[in-house]
Amino acid sequence: MTAALPHPKTADGGPETTGSVPPGPSSGRRTPGAGVRRALLRALPVSPALVLLLLFLAGPIAYCAYIAFTDLQLTGQAHSSFVGLANFRKAFADDEFLNAVWLTLVFTVVSSLLGQNTLGLALAALMQRASKPVRTLTGGVVITAWVLPEVVAGFLLYAFFRREGTLDAILRWLHLPSQNWLFTLPILAVSFANVWRGTAFSMLVYSAALNEIPSEITEAAEVDGAGGWRRLWHITLPMIRRSIGTNLMLNTLQTLSVFGLIWVMTRGGPGNKSQTLPLYMYEQAFQNSMIGYATAVALLLLVVGSLFSLVYLRLLRTEV
Amino acid sequence: MPVRPTAAFPLLPVLLTTALAATALTACGSGSGSSPDTVKVSFKQSTDNSIKVMDGYLADIKKQFEKKYPGKKVELIPIKAPDSEYYTKVQQMLRSPKTAPDLVYEDTFLINSDITSGYLKPLDPYLAKWPDWKQFIDTAKNAAKGEDGRTYGVPDGTDTRGLWFDKGIFKKAGLPATWQPKSWDDVLSAARAIKKKVPGVTPINVYTGKPAGEAATMQTFEMLLYGTGDGTSDPLYDRASKKWIAGSQGFRDALSFVHTVYREKLGPDVSTALDPNIQTIVAGDLLPKGKLGIALDGSWLPQAWLKGSGHEWHEWSSELGLAPMPTQHGQAPGKVSMSGGWTWAVPAKAGNPDLAFDFIRTMQTKANAEKWYVANSGIAVRKDVASDPAYARAQPGIKFFTDLVASTHYRPAYPAYPKVSTAIQEAMEGVTTGDTSVDEAASGYDDALKDATDDQVVRK
Repeated sequence: MTAALPHPKTADGGPETTGSVPPGPSSGRRTPGAGVRRALLRALPVSPALVLLLLFLAGPIAYCAYIAFTDLQLTGQAHSSFVGLANFRKAFADDEFLNAVWLTLVFTVVSSLLGQNTLGLALAALMQRASKPVRTLTGGVVITAWVLPEVVAGFLLYAFFRREGTLDAILRWLHLPSQNWLFTLPILAVSFANVWRGTAFSMLVYSAALNEIPSEITEAAEVDGAGGWRRLWHITLPMIRRSIGTNLMLNTLQTLSVFGLIWVMTRGGPGNKSQTLPLYMYEQAFQNSMIGYATAVALLLLVVGSLFSLVYLRLLRTEV
Repeated sequence: MPVRPTAAFPLLPVLLTTALAATALTACGSGSGSSPDTVKVSFKQSTDNSIKVMDGYLADIKKQFEKKYPGKKVELIPIKAPDSEYYTKVQQMLRSPKTAPDLVYEDTFLINSDITSGYLKPLDPYLAKWPDWKQFIDTAKNAAKGEDGRTYGVPDGTDTRGLWFDKGIFKKAGLPATWQPKSWDDVLSAARAIKKKVPGVTPINVYTGKPAGEAATMQTFEMLLYGTGDGTSDPLYDRASKKWIAGSQGFRDALSFVHTVYREKLGPDVSTALDPNIQTIVAGDLLPKGKLGIALDGSWLPQAWLKGSGHEWHEWSSELGLAPMPTQHGQAPGKVSMSGGWTWAVPAKAGNPDLAFDFIRTMQTKANAEKWYVANSGIAVRKDVASDPAYARAQPGIKFFTDLVASTHYRPAYPAYPKVSTAIQEAMEGVTTGDTSVDEAASGYDDALKDATDDQVVRK
């Protein structure tokens, strides 16, 4: 979309500001309305996109923001009314909401920051050195997990972790005690599932970034006697810092909104032990029919996402 | 690159987009407009592709209807979703006249909530002129009544609940094949006997916790709760003051029962009990494979054992016994059951309500009603069908569960009920895992109840 926007400076060679600038060769005489008209005409090609955005993106978002301040219910109520900040006060007074926030943070940090990100970097680094067949095979496996639809991946991992599932069979074969992982460590089980599913993305980003590092630099460091860790710490990481920031941001935003995977594996249970914010929101909206409250929670989730994004953007900016 | 801002060029996309947006919007508006000769019937299609009971039945009624009312058409709108998502989809359809069908299949669980929302149309004027309405039993009629006293749905059957037990396991445990427990203690001591003498099987299953959802509340908790006290008043909701009951002894006793089952390891392993698929595990695995002694469960179980269902089990009627769930100490009336079921209702925003009621009348002729009860293992709510020997013979167990209708209770399915139900499941889950004591769980419920009902609570 953005590629189609005509850049004001290249469109007709003149600066885009109106009024105070000398008229271009084609306008002939300085008329007060000409600049404005020209600006409007230039905006015309963009307007279809703008109309669509307003209609289908900004509209629903504004409506959601409005609903968050009402007590709208899906059923059980004849009329909804404006309740101000009541939904937000209710959220912060609700233990289940705070529990969901905490679990969302655990899930995001464990599966996205520590899991997908680190593992993706490690895989990318190892694959740089690997032979071609190994590279193809590993890449194929990792990317398959990524390509699978969320729900299918959820069922596969449910079968893996469930009592008497694949993991237990392996443990029994090794003569280790088995247990129901979805029951004893639900948030870790779903975090692992998310790592399994989402690592491919990080791997691709980091593979691309590592390929960009000129080999002379690495070789020079090697000649100077820098070991593997020193090279990683002083050369590789600083050079791919931008990619790390981008990758962290995209991964985090994606992980914050994971729903299907957790829903299929545990439905947020047992109890509320794996109920992250999206699942809490779903329960409030569609099981308890409290659309207004759930929308308020959605806005809060948006805030959490923006906070993470701000931190990463900072990280990106300070580099230069 | 110079761009010539001629009028026609940039205007074209704008016009196109406007036209596109306009068509998109009007399509939502007028595409589903009702024809006065078509009745749109939305129904719940099974999520299991091999089960086509409802589809087949409605196709048959459609044929009958179109023959009886020449020139009229029936459009069937299947909604394929599990229960909880079905409610949501229907409620969204009912909100707008553009999407509201003429007839909708409503669970009694949520019908009062949808009545309060103004989604449904009162049927009293139609019912007054319909002679068959007299055949419906009163408890079922009440299930579709709003707080304003008007009736909003025609029930197409009900369900009841009781104890299913494995005669083979009972024999090994030295228990009689004609087992009829008289009190909760009888049930527990049978389970203890099984645990002692028949290792490797689960003595008893009672659904519990949030993963089992409404099954935990209704099949287990309310089957216990409504068997406490004197059996005449509702232990969950005080209809006189229109308030929910907190802090009752019956509530703690019912929780204690669940606590005992899981503390003494008479039930399934806790992690299995809290598996979201527990209902499938019980009906598809534990019972047919002879791995469960007693199941407190609903009348519809044989549906899972029909031909082509994946767990075909013809012999269940000789291998399983049935007993009513007793009251707590065997006090009158001695047995207890809970009922729910579904009704056909006409949306407030329906285009052709008259035609929709005609469709209900066609579905609810005696012959068609009977066909439906038999097809879906339902329990008759029509007196003429219930007393028909052909109906009682149609399926083993049907007489047992129909007889329970006399001592059954309907839930106080008012708008706050779904939230109350979740609060009950949370209390059950606490005592099941042993994380909370019975008293802690009960007081936790009292707090949650205040929240769920906007403080419409009375202590008893």
